[in-house]
Amino acid sequence: MTEFVVRRLLWTVLVLFVITVLVFLIFFAIPGIDPARALAGRNPTPQILDQIRAQFGLNKPLPVQYLLMMKNLFITRSLVSYSDQGQLVVPEIGAAAPATLSLVLGAAVIWVVVAIAMGMAAAVSRGTFLDPLLMVLALIGISMPVYWLSEVANLVSQSALHKSFLFSWVPPLGYTPLTQNPGRWFEGLIIPWITLAVLYIGLYARVLRAALLETASEDFVRTARAKGLTETRVLVRHTLRTSLITFVSLFGLDFGVLVGGGALLTEVVFGIHGVGYLTYQSLANLDLPTIMATVVYGAFFIVLANVLVDILYARLDPRVRLS
Amino acid sequence: MASLILFLLIVAVSLLAPVYANDIAHVDPFVNNLNGTTVIGGKVVSVMQQGGGTLGLGETPIGPTGDFSHYFLGADNLGRDVLARLLYGGRTSLQIGFGSALVCCAVATIVALIAGFFGGVTDAILSRLMDLIWAFPVYLLAICISTVLLTSANGLQVGPLHLVAGSLWLPTLIIGFIYVPYVYRPVRGQVLSVARREYIEAAIAQGASNFRLIFSDVLPNVISVAIVMFPLMIATNILTESALSFLSIGVQPPQASWGTIISDGQQLLYTRPWVSIAPGIMIALTVLSLNVLGDGVRDALDPRAKHTVVRPRRARRLPALLRRPTGKAATGR
Repeated sequence: MTEFVVRRLLWTVLVLFVITVLVFLIFFAIPGIDPARALAGRNPTPQILDQIRAQFGLNKPLPVQYLLMMKNLFITRSLVSYSDQGQLVVPEIGAAAPATLSLVLGAAVIWVVVAIAMGMAAAVSRGTFLDPLLMVLALIGISMPVYWLSEVANLVSQSALHKSFLFSWVPPLGYTPLTQNPGRWFEGLIIPWITLAVLYIGLYARVLRAALLETASEDFVRTARAKGLTETRVLVRHTLRTSLITFVSLFGLDFGVLVGGGALLTEVVFGIHGVGYLTYQSLANLDLPTIMATVVYGAFFIVLANVLVDILYARLDPRVRLS
Repeated sequence: MASLILFLLIVAVSLLAPVYANDIAHVDPFVNNLNGTTVIGGKVVSVMQQGGGTLGLGETPIGPTGDFSHYFLGADNLGRDVLARLLYGGRTSLQIGFGSALVCCAVATIVALIAGFFGGVTDAILSRLMDLIWAFPVYLLAICISTVLLTSANGLQVGPLHLVAGSLWLPTLIIGFIYVPYVYRPVRGQVLSVARREYIEAAIAQGASNFRLIFSDVLPNVISVAIVMFPLMIATNILTESALSFLSIGVQPPQASWGTIISDGQQLLYTRPWVSIAPGIMIALTVLSLNVLGDGVRDALDPRAKHTVVRPRRARRLPALLRRPTGKAATGR
């Protein structure tokens, strides 16, 4: 176990190192892009460009620039945004994180509950019309582009049917912090939650159904039936429990990606100023320090989720041993 | 089967885009038509109509007319025929989806063949490299590369190969590249198991070269894994392309793709929603048909496989432990 943890930690550090180098190289080593020019605004004079290069250390060799940026990001935490002068990047991400977390947590609750219900209903009703119907619905959910669905949701709730009793409660786009106004926080997030959850409901319902059907033919399920347990008990305590292993590992990984800013498109369309929105803005402004920080933030959650899922997986499935 | 027909129908309609634009609608979907007129019910009306007030100009493009030869789906904010653009956009989206899936599967198969066949250090290095690409947030990788390549005025220059910034090859290659690890993993697994079979030993005993072993003995026996993933990769890639284009770092104007049309329609969303809705429906239909088709191909080629679509962008790889041969867990997959 200790060896496993140490090995995974080393791997995590390596991954984060390579990712930071890669992002740095993508933005600095590819010719034709000049951060000083991006910083200077329109038609800068050469003197201004030189001044900016000196100010941000852009005239130093690339490895030095890289180390400087890493030091500012991880050690002194004083990395300053290029486009938004004087704005510290690390606190900026900290301020954006609650919005992302609110969005992702709510969506996760919805998608887990609905997906389990859908997957179980489909598996139980195999051979009737309900199973293919649910699976087609799931496939449709997977096939729709999430940003498009968000736009359609906006169209319906903000414009087309906003006047009707169905959607008159929907507040304007944007995010209200939970601490500021819990009611408004909830109202403003319901539609983003559902929209974001649709894709995952589709994915997870399909995965769960497949796992349930596969587990249903295993020996221990037959044993449980032979013991005289009721069908419900066999389904919930034996089949579902084993089938949830895949489900849980997928969930961990997806959740990690989303918390790290993966819900970028949803955040952009709904105007939720979370980490994904920050990433999007910094990319539009070519604001390398912010991009670097958000990418590291996102990668950190992905790698962390991977480790957690591996450990959890071994906990849930006694057949797997950590080696 | 229905999915195949639907997909082929979408492809055919998209391929017929020039026929529609030139011979039926008589419009150029890539030229602004702010002062143009069209005919509705025998009356001449301007494409950009006064009033509405949501555009800066105080003009709103004409809405869906229901007349197949005159702005069936209305016009966008530059007065261009949305239906004609939709068809041309389909060509672009399908081309990028297909091209990047081809790039992705081809590169992944070749790398997997090399890694799986030679094993040892080669395998370790290549597999760790793939793991690294995979640990990078996929969407961020695509966005980073696209942003840089599209903002640099010269595009990408690698030796004699020069891709201008507006080239469709850029999104094709970027999207193809980011999903390589996803296809690489299962293909490598298959290579590993095939490389130990007796017929490979027989070929070695005959004195076959490595090149021949890889391409005429191993490749034909692993290619089905890549083929099974191919339709699913097209679907994934079309979605990724549209998302990048929506963020305006995919297909660049004057080219149009379904994603860019949705993005163009964003400012008209509340007044002329069909500009955005129509391409979304096309994407959903295409991806849906490809997903169903992918399931069918899988059932046909790999009878042991499960009826599950696990899309690489969201559902990342299963934990490392799942892939290890640990007794029953290994056979359970």
